[in-house]
Amino acid sequence: MNTVEVKGLVKTFDGHVRARRRRRGDAVRALDGVDLAAEPGEYLVLLGPSGCGKTTLLRTIAGLEQPTEGEVLIGGNVVNGLPPRVRQIAMVFQSYALYPHKTVRDNIVFPLRAERMDKAERAEKARWAAELLEIEPLLRRKPRQLSGGERQRVALARALVRDPAVFLLDEPLSNLDAKMRATARDELKRFQERVGTTTIYVTHDQAEAMGLGDRIAVLEHGRVRQAGTPQEVYDDPADTFVATFIGSPPMNLVKRGDRLVGFRPEHLLPAEVVPAGRRVTMPLSVERMEYLSGDRHVYGTVTGLGEDTRVIARLPATVVTPIAAGETHAFAVEAERLRFFDAAEGVRAEPETIGGAR
Amino acid sequence: MTAAPAVRRRARTRAGLADRDGFLAWALLLPSVVYIVALVGVPFLLAVAFAFSDVTTGDPSFDFVGFRNFTEIFHDGVFWRALVNTLVFTGASMVLIVVFGKILANVLVADFHGKWFVRFLVLLPWTTPVALSTISWLWFLDSIYSPVDWVLRHAGLISGNVVWLGRPWTAMGSVVAVQAWRLTPLAAVIMMAGLVAIPRDIDEAARIDGAGFWRRMFEVTIPLTLPVIAVAGLFGAIMTFTDMTVPYVLTRGGPTHSTDVLASWAYFRGIEGGDVGQGAAIALFLFPLLLAGAVAILRAVRRLEPQ
Amino acid sequence: MTAAAGPARRGAREVERLRRHYALRHVAARCGVYGAAVLAALVCALPFLWSLVSAFKQNQDLYDPDSNPFFFNKPATPDHVTFLFTDTPFLTFVANTLIVGALVVVITLLLALPAAYSLARLDRPWGTPMGIGIFMVYLVPPSLLFLSLTRVVVWLHLEDSLWSMIVVYPTITVPVSVWLLIGFLRAVPKDVEEQAMVDGYSRLGAFLRAVLPLVFPGIVAVVVFSFTLTASEFVYALAFVSASPQMVVSTGVPTQLVRGDVFFWQSLQAATVITAVPIAFLFNLFLDRFVTGFTMGAVKT
Repeated sequence: MNTVEVKGLVKTFDGHVRARRRRRGDAVRALDGVDLAAEPGEYLVLLGPSGCGKTTLLRTIAGLEQPTEGEVLIGGNVVNGLPPRVRQIAMVFQSYALYPHKTVRDNIVFPLRAERMDKAERAEKARWAAELLEIEPLLRRKPRQLSGGERQRVALARALVRDPAVFLLDEPLSNLDAKMRATARDELKRFQERVGTTTIYVTHDQAEAMGLGDRIAVLEHGRVRQAGTPQEVYDDPADTFVATFIGSPPMNLVKRGDRLVGFRPEHLLPAEVVPAGRRVTMPLSVERMEYLSGDRHVYGTVTGLGEDTRVIARLPATVVTPIAAGETHAFAVEAERLRFFDAAEGVRAEPETIGGAR
Repeated sequence: MTAAPAVRRRARTRAGLADRDGFLAWALLLPSVVYIVALVGVPFLLAVAFAFSDVTTGDPSFDFVGFRNFTEIFHDGVFWRALVNTLVFTGASMVLIVVFGKILANVLVADFHGKWFVRFLVLLPWTTPVALSTISWLWFLDSIYSPVDWVLRHAGLISGNVVWLGRPWTAMGSVVAVQAWRLTPLAAVIMMAGLVAIPRDIDEAARIDGAGFWRRMFEVTIPLTLPVIAVAGLFGAIMTFTDMTVPYVLTRGGPTHSTDVLASWAYFRGIEGGDVGQGAAIALFLFPLLLAGAVAILRAVRRLEPQ
Repeated sequence: MTAAAGPARRGAREVERLRRHYALRHVAARCGVYGAAVLAALVCALPFLWSLVSAFKQNQDLYDPDSNPFFFNKPATPDHVTFLFTDTPFLTFVANTLIVGALVVVITLLLALPAAYSLARLDRPWGTPMGIGIFMVYLVPPSLLFLSLTRVVVWLHLEDSLWSMIVVYPTITVPVSVWLLIGFLRAVPKDVEEQAMVDGYSRLGAFLRAVLPLVFPGIVAVVVFSFTLTASEFVYALAFVSASPQMVVSTGVPTQLVRGDVFFWQSLQAATVITAVPIAFLFNLFLDRFVTGFTMGAVKT
């Protein structure tokens, strides 16, 4: 049985009083038929650009929004119409939403007081959560006296004491500076491994998604484009959106007839370092080079594979072939690294053999 | 080559007064300050001077009389009556204004159809000139034709008319009710400002944490908006404390001074009775209490600052 | 408490029961909101509805203690409303109110806009105490000053003239307008005027050309608010002016439509409604802006 499941979820924002002035035709479909399930103990990441509906999906699961169509199931039961408090979920907001007038301790026990838990038990739970997250020395402080990372831990403690069936995290790292973010990400992952609770995590940052998720669901325009392990969505993108959204620099796409041929920059290498026999060779006229932490990023135009297209190649430090701007060099990709997409629809297509394979 | 000095000269003139922040800051502020000093500061000092003089409407010549005006008003029972009335009027109105303003603010921030029209109706008591709405109330509380009495009679609650404005306690009750009725929308608007400023995340976090409507209200919303509520209450209190319109129009201070407040008594004495000196002395009593109220507002506003 | 066990640990039937329960509660909550809204509207507006009905009543209908005050027991008549316009100086009062209001608003903006800019942007060490000082002036009531101001008005030979009000009313409107405008001005990003200054405008030019257009909505809100305050003012108007042709609505109606003990009730009610509705309408248009202005000013002063 899945912990959380959504079926055919649609959410439009036109019925609202506030949006009444908007003309009917402009109804925003924030979610457009989403089917997704999180297995027990799984770390599911919702990844997508801003405005793709990922936060709406999370809020609909939490019960802060009601779906226009479709069902939300928690523990196999339909929970549509139930308010957040009976859904047995916990949520960490982007801003952490700590109650500024309450101390850390009061913040943590607030959900327990709402459950009418008795005082001794409450204190015990708060102590346990504080110990787990190493925030015991902070219990008497007010949220404004805490650093960003400490606030995040308090928010997690507040979520933890409810003993929820699922954690919902809405971009919890985006308020931290870049240096804190790496540590906090690591802490989040270890925390989830320790408590083992199903977690749904929203982010627009692919590095976070790749690093944290057991599975990633990539969303765009209110639809799930692909759901799979980080490796699956990276190596086998379901369509051109996923192919170009994930990976930095993104996958190169070259139009060839009614197909798009895709390959990752790190697979486009000088022909001499690609094993002969299963490679597809293409001349690359090099325009510009960048040196980034030991890698060489080569910007150029490929010809011969399909239409002339600007692409990027990422050569690891181990490839020492001399390449200079202005010259044309033979590059190649291993045949099995090529991905094919329908040029009109953008979806994955049957692989084809490219004549140039030698 | 001849162009260069010209450019430099032009640049220098343009970097003149209009660019000097220190000068501009004063120049822009000065008109307001001069105006306020002339028409608030000077009259205030004048009011203090009048309180120690024998100026009357008929004889505007200024003669210093020391504390005579104060001694006279202290020996006048009506003054003490008015002082007590002012405190009752202010206290009772403030409580009503805060309680109903809070309820109204919560209604007005909710999402519902026809909100614009409801808001329009709710604003009416405040935006209507006080004197006019109070005149309407004069009719609703009329001794013979009062529609309020008609309703109560037909509901079987009273047999004869109450004569609201004819008895001391109902008259005070009426004055308080009208004052609260007209200031509640203002308090509600101020409190709305506070409610709107609560981050949506905090309210939603409380909902996720299992708090129902009342728990959210008393443990999250009210503590977070307490400074705004205080400001609204103090505004209501100050506007009531210094106001004479409602008692003046509704009861003219009657019956037998039971609704006279300091402001209206000062008016009756100073303008209608012509004794400017005594009127000023009475009005001056508003000041210390007013100052206390103003300081309280400022302290509340301080707490509004983001922590 | 049911919340202790979530749907994940409960039988399907119980969750189904919970869903029905909360569906009902949702309906009840919506009903509660609408009920509260209607009740609030009634409490606030019922007197005006009464006034509206009364204004069109015949004398025999109005002056009958047993006739229903909510309905026309005799056919409605427009006579008293016509009387208000033809046989009383009501229209003069309205015109006077508009003249006074318009001029006061202009004076208010001329004084308050530069002052607010000075306090909001040209950070001087005395900025904050000065802002607080101006705010305090707002709390000095007419009832404390009208006696001495009446003497001042007499000295200036402005008694019984509209100019007495035009000169004095900004003492009420300037402080609160400065307060509101500080809020609106602070909401304009500093970059905007710095960009204008880099582009060759002086500080003053940047204020006039780059900042003013951006705070235009705030200025409109301040205009509406000042006008409302002016139209409602009573004490000064009563103390300064006693000649009917120079009176404004707020003093003219209560003094001139009451002849001794004779109240022209229907006309009075009509005057109230006619004055009340447009002001409330205008105010409602700008309520949101006023609310945000208040918070911004309050939070940052």
